[in-house]
Amino acid sequence: MSVTAEGRPAKGAPLPFRIKVPRTRAVSLGLYVVRRVLWMVPVVFFVILITFVLMHLAPGSPWDRGGGRQLAPAVVANLNAKYGLDKPGWQQFLLYLWNAAHFDFGLSYQYEGKSVSYLILNGWPYTFTLGALAFLIVVPVGIGLGIVAALRQNTRVDYLTMGFATFGASFPNFVVGMLMIIVFGVVLYNVTGGNVYLPVTGFGLDDHLILPVVTLALLPTAYIARLTRASTLDTLRQEFVRTAWAKGLTERLVVIRHILRNSLIPVVTALGPTFAFLVTGSVIVETVFAIPGVGRAFVTAVESRDYPMILGTTILFSIVIAVANLVVDLLYVFIDPRVRLS
Amino acid sequence: MASAVAAAQMAEWDSPEQIGLWSDAWMRFRRNRLAVVGLVIVILLLIDAFTAPLLVHLGVIIDPIKQDVAHIEVGPGGFGHLLGTDELGRDTLSRLMYGARISLTIGILVQGIIFVIGGTIGLTAGYVGGRVDNLLMRFTDIWYAFPDLIFVLVLVSVFGPSLLSIFGAIGIVNWVNLARLVRGQVLSIKEKEYVEAARATGTPPLRIVLRHLVPNALGPIIVTLTFGIPQAIFLEATLSFIGVGIQPPTPTWGQMVNDGYQAVYANPSSVVFPALAIGLTMLAFTFIGDGLRDALDPRMRR
Amino acid sequence: MACATRSIPGCGAEPLVTSGRPELSDALLQVKGLHTQFPTSRGLVRAVDGVDLEVRSGEVLGVVGESGCGKTMTALSILRLLPDPGRITAGQILFRGRDVTAMSPEQVRDFRGNEVAMIFQDPMTSLNPVTKVGSQIEEAMTAHSKFSQQIAKERVLELLTRVRVPSAERRAQDYPHQFSGGMRQRAMIAMGLSNEPALLIADEPTTALDVTVQAQIIDLLKRLNTEMGAAIMLITHNMALVASLCDRVVVMYAGRVVEEGPVEQIFSSPQHPYTWSLLRSVPRVDQARRERLVSIEGLPPDLSRLPGGCKFHPRCPFVEARCREEEPPLAEVASAQKARCWVLMRTLGDNPQDRIEPSAARATLLSAGEADGAVG
Repeated sequence: MSVTAEGRPAKGAPLPFRIKVPRTRAVSLGLYVVRRVLWMVPVVFFVILITFVLMHLAPGSPWDRGGGRQLAPAVVANLNAKYGLDKPGWQQFLLYLWNAAHFDFGLSYQYEGKSVSYLILNGWPYTFTLGALAFLIVVPVGIGLGIVAALRQNTRVDYLTMGFATFGASFPNFVVGMLMIIVFGVVLYNVTGGNVYLPVTGFGLDDHLILPVVTLALLPTAYIARLTRASTLDTLRQEFVRTAWAKGLTERLVVIRHILRNSLIPVVTALGPTFAFLVTGSVIVETVFAIPGVGRAFVTAVESRDYPMILGTTILFSIVIAVANLVVDLLYVFIDPRVRLS
Repeated sequence: MASAVAAAQMAEWDSPEQIGLWSDAWMRFRRNRLAVVGLVIVILLLIDAFTAPLLVHLGVIIDPIKQDVAHIEVGPGGFGHLLGTDELGRDTLSRLMYGARISLTIGILVQGIIFVIGGTIGLTAGYVGGRVDNLLMRFTDIWYAFPDLIFVLVLVSVFGPSLLSIFGAIGIVNWVNLARLVRGQVLSIKEKEYVEAARATGTPPLRIVLRHLVPNALGPIIVTLTFGIPQAIFLEATLSFIGVGIQPPTPTWGQMVNDGYQAVYANPSSVVFPALAIGLTMLAFTFIGDGLRDALDPRMRR
Repeated sequence: MACATRSIPGCGAEPLVTSGRPELSDALLQVKGLHTQFPTSRGLVRAVDGVDLEVRSGEVLGVVGESGCGKTMTALSILRLLPDPGRITAGQILFRGRDVTAMSPEQVRDFRGNEVAMIFQDPMTSLNPVTKVGSQIEEAMTAHSKFSQQIAKERVLELLTRVRVPSAERRAQDYPHQFSGGMRQRAMIAMGLSNEPALLIADEPTTALDVTVQAQIIDLLKRLNTEMGAAIMLITHNMALVASLCDRVVVMYAGRVVEEGPVEQIFSSPQHPYTWSLLRSVPRVDQARRERLVSIEGLPPDLSRLPGGCKFHPRCPFVEARCREEEPPLAEVASAQKARCWVLMRTLGDNPQDRIEPSAARATLLSAGEADGAVG
């Protein structure tokens, strides 16, 4: 028979159209992956489009030099012609897309002669280092705290970890950053007569990293911890946990194979937004701690209306987040066998 | 006799357990100590926000714009300034009190924009369904791809840092979650039998929406909007901190943190106070949100 | 074989032999004076309040009662699976002579799923949704190092076939949501029997299933009981199940046993008013159409606030003064049948020799009740 009791095509049964490929889960997965990857294209396209349109709505032109030192109109006309800024909007857009595909995002307005790509590439290692380190903290610490809090529900451990998590999730990163600077930079310095303190500005592959990474990781860690705890508590209430105990499994097996295997599924889904947190968080953290990464470049671009830079970095951020979400979605489909891939 | 029974049933039907839901929720909320603390804090802030100009007028507190040039960057308690002054001699305490006005106004009122945009899109998508739903959800997905802070900064850089543009920016960026929630609620309620029954008896769609969909979906919507307040406050504070928020001389907490940052070694308290203000306000709303969520959770009703 | 604690002198019930199974007289599991309690904010909930029961090798024992009467908690106590804050506060649970309540955690772990197995009510939620069914059955075996992984895999297929799951090899690679309700329960049964336990506790195994599937599961259990010789403790509130499957029955109310005995006897002449009301409340096909269904008046008791005396007295149609003050012991009222009721004992006579036939005793009670205008 070609239809199971639940009305789905039985495995091995031919599909109603010509291609006789058995509709196994592997095939469905493959198709889903392809579909999702293809979906990224229109998303990125629209991001670029919307941002581009916004940039062009902005008042002023790229040739405005502050302080009354305006360029002569003839010079402006020349420059416009050179950079194609006299062409109609849609043409400029297509031109931009074309260039973007070649990783040319135009020239920055702030730093004469420097291309946006160059500036981004310069800042990227710093941002990536911070982000990667923060991620490496968020995942184990967040999940670990959440699990411990759930397994020891209503004890002091639970209240402590969840209290920490609530605070961490409620104070904006620049506030946390500031407070950390004050406590570990100023106060510690004053108290120990200048001997012990943590560096508060600049970048270095040493203890310069401590404050920024912790500040960046704090909010996502708190969020993941709360989520993990809630999910684990939910799972603990499920009947199959009792079945696992009744089978005589060791505590280790029950916790890992039955409880965690289920409770971590929603947590994986949350890693996408976590990534977004880290990206947007880097903007602030880099500003507070004066780290020359892409985030800070974005902020200075906003402050000085450097539109190509704003456009370029926005696109970069959006793509990074879209890719992260894609990976997370695919991961989720792999780990939860109940998900239907129609 | 049959019609009297039917009439009684319809009356019951029309207002299904709503009174019970709200008073029951309030009782449960009250039992959550953190939520109550949060509520108290918020009420105090609201009182502060409304009365601050009056207090200045009455001379109870110092004008936040006035610069006491003789006493720059004074620590707390010095020279009649309860919490000190900033680098221009402005009184910290009154600036804090005025800052609350901006934060609360933006934080709370922006939820209105979010509710309108997100609610309409979610409702339409859920109720109409089909291709419209598909289209709207695709649109939502695209919108979701914009990281919120980034996009807000972009919008503000384009339209300038006015109250209106900040309002608009935060609202426009953050409606997606609400839209998805509303759509989900609509979809699940649409399937319920009492809605089918209402439609079968020819009740006009708008009535169905108001009488059945809205009361049931209201709980999670309120919770989401409440949680949206600290998010909005966060965005506003970040904008001010970077310098593209509400411009001086209107004091905002984010500005105060930024200003204090310059002088953090000499006078750390000028950073600490606004930082704590932001954090505590966000915390208070988060506690309220948690409390509301637990109080309105239908699963926990006895 | 021990009698109940406060028994009437002279109690010496002989074991009843209902079939040709030779080990039927061996007591496999003996629960003696079990007390299980839950301290809650509302007060101390006495979920199991002095239960004595016994399961004999190879028999099928039914444990019946309303929801909340303590039958599930008794079963969970046997496997030491009580949820927090439940505790076994008194009593012994002797399995083949060893006291389960005194076992160390590691011993308990070894004991569970191995010598005594338990299956639960809703197979959809009782199986791990993200692991394959085959591996869940397999891990039940490898957890006790009785079978190597290789052999365990083979046994999985054997077990699935034995519980009549078609295409066992393919099914073992499926996930629970791909099984139908009946098949899931079969898989659970396979899992329970995988280590060839001497006793299988089945907690409402058919309640969550369709009626037609229920019959299949009951047949399966019956067959497995005969084939494998495993004793089954069937917990249910469905008297029909008990009638078709069980050898003996234990009736529980308010955390204690109020009647026990062989199935035929209990069904043909139930002694305790509660048992009798239970049986009467089941509608029967051959009942006259105009007869009203009889239900037991009142509500099940709050286990944190039990009444004094006999726990059933607030709802009992035959209640007398003594019932309100003193709790009756579980006493023998017929050969191999025990019940916990003063009125019954009074009508039967304190001395075994003076006893009149239970059915006659009940008739007396009934006629007296009808005369008083009690339940008719």
